[in-house]
Amino acid sequence: MSGQSNYNPKTGIEKWLDARLPIIRLGVDTMIFPSPRNLNYWWTFGAILAVMLVSQLITGIILAMHYVPHPDMAFDSVQHINRNINWGWMLQPMHAVGASMMFLAVYIHMFRGIYYGSAKNPREMIWIVGMVIYLLMMATGFMGYVLPWGQMSIWGAIVITNLFSAIPPEAAGTAVTQWLWGGFAVDGPTLNRFFSLHYLLPFLIVGMVILHIWALHIPSNNNPTGISIKTKADTLNFHPYYTVKDAFAIVVFLMIFSYFLFFKPDSMGHPDNFIPANPYSTPAHIVPEWYYLPFYAILRAVPDKLMGVVAMFASIGVLFALPWLDTSKVRSMRYRPLAKQFFFLFVLVCLGLGWAGAKLPSDLVFATGVDADGHEVGLTFVWMSRILTIYYFAFFLVILPILGLVEKPKPRPASIEASVLGTDKGDN
Amino acid sequence: MSTPVESDEPTRRDFIHIASGTAVVAGAGFLAWPLIDQMNPSADTLSLATIEFDVSSLEEGAQVVAKWRGKPVFIRYRTAAEIEEARSLDVSVLKDKQTDSERLVPGPDGKLKPQYLVAVGICTHLGCVPLFDPKDTKGGEYGGWFCPCHGSHYDNSGRIRKGPAPTNLVVPPYWYMSDTVIQIGKEASV
Ligand code: HEM
Ligand code: FES
Repeated sequence: MSGQSNYNPKTGIEKWLDARLPIIRLGVDTMIFPSPRNLNYWWTFGAILAVMLVSQLITGIILAMHYVPHPDMAFDSVQHINRNINWGWMLQPMHAVGASMMFLAVYIHMFRGIYYGSAKNPREMIWIVGMVIYLLMMATGFMGYVLPWGQMSIWGAIVITNLFSAIPPEAAGTAVTQWLWGGFAVDGPTLNRFFSLHYLLPFLIVGMVILHIWALHIPSNNNPTGISIKTKADTLNFHPYYTVKDAFAIVVFLMIFSYFLFFKPDSMGHPDNFIPANPYSTPAHIVPEWYYLPFYAILRAVPDKLMGVVAMFASIGVLFALPWLDTSKVRSMRYRPLAKQFFFLFVLVCLGLGWAGAKLPSDLVFATGVDADGHEVGLTFVWMSRILTIYYFAFFLVILPILGLVEKPKPRPASIEASVLGTDKGDN
Repeated sequence: MSTPVESDEPTRRDFIHIASGTAVVAGAGFLAWPLIDQMNPSADTLSLATIEFDVSSLEEGAQVVAKWRGKPVFIRYRTAAEIEEARSLDVSVLKDKQTDSERLVPGPDGKLKPQYLVAVGICTHLGCVPLFDPKDTKGGEYGGWFCPCHGSHYDNSGRIRKGPAPTNLVVPPYWYMSDTVIQIGKEASV
């Protein structure tokens, strides 16, 4: 959106409109902008996310036409949508499975950003706006899961809202939780307000996505080599080259989405959520949705309540500082042999935390023997979470800052063009 | 028109800026409060304050869960052995130091009724309902309650013994209206 425009209104009506509301110009200049010519498929997840966001908005607005945000009726109204409403059997899982698919895409999108150094100068604001989007997505997903008012819904809501009770009562902890609940416990008022906010937040996400893409149009995309665009020969216009590439990826992604939607619609949910909410009986093992599991593991890794909550929020907060924590002048880890290994370990650690988050803290990862009473002993999931939590934080606070200063990067290609045409041996 | 003279003295215009700025901030504050406060517990929620419970319906060793303000309240008839166990504990080992007697209220005769323990059945960690099962290990390692969510163990006085919960199970305000009936939600009026 900087520099000259690619739009030449031809017909009289286009000229008339352009002089009064240059909206076509805005559209054309958003789509026809020079992008690096070497973007790979990891760069299609932004477009996939945009499609998923629209899908969530449409299905969500439809569900809201039939859903009843009342503790006596919410559970039944979701069943009613599934059983009685025309196409409800498809639209309701489309929204529920769609949320999972969107988180899958966002995690790939974020790991991509870390690996290729997309968060770093000059794209810090793209990353930070992205993190705000991610926080909004987490809040939206959490409140959405409460709406069907099953056992996991209510107990998820109880545990998460109680995170705020880690604030000491003297410092308004009790006042804050009661304000969130609108009562002395999670109940009807809580459900009703969660519905209102669950409807609102996606529209804030839309607003943030506009900022995200606006910020992206200043430096244009990063690319797998991480080197900046130098000449026109390094670029291709977004349309038609990447609109087509994105469209292909979207179709493949929608096929995966369809598989889950039509054949495994409940695989990402929890069976306990088919039991209506009961505030007097906690299920023996409560777990959040899969996309929060790593953070849940970090929460449980710390034996102290307040510090556990602090560690959990810090694990998300540290991501905001990533652009400054990764001190290397080289963006892409393709040319950073050490950083690359630590990165892949980091991905494994995140998956491992997710695994630990799904288990009981006292369950064993593996047994090393039996104690005097004949019980198996060994590495428990809580200890595994502790070890992985240390790596999680060390990756951001120790490894990335130091590595950038001590690591010797491999030679980079002279330009994006050279890396594509293979006229430069620097690239692998 | 005369050229304005540079001066450090506040001008009438500065005064107007500061005064109107203050009025806007204060006005926004007054307007914001109703928007925030509407989310607090409503009048009808606040009025559901008390319940009554007849403890003579309990069997020794058993527990009943009463519902008060949308929360579970444990009312437990402790055995003599359990009371002895709770009393003999050295409170210095506790995270939240409270003797068993401090967690009880006197009956109409002014004496404690240690057999009846009343506590809000909400884990002080993140709000799950701890499990009770004296015959089984489900009640935790200390013969009280066990919270399955993140593994907090409470003793039969509701005191936190092990796990992430920071404080003992809360004792709600309650009093003995008669020898056998308690009212939860209100303290005895002295
Ligand atoms: C609703 C969620 C989101 C949507 C619709 C979205 C959309 C997009 C789109 C269309 C692009 C350009 C294409 C691409 O690079 O893939 C992009 C780039 C980017 N996004 Fe997102 N995004 C979302 C969430 C996030 C989140 C949560 C983060 C991380 C904190 C993030 C970080 C980035 C970064 C750093 C770029 C620039 C990447 C580069 O050019 O190499 N985004 N986003
Ligand atoms: S809620 Fe009871 S241990 Fe966490």
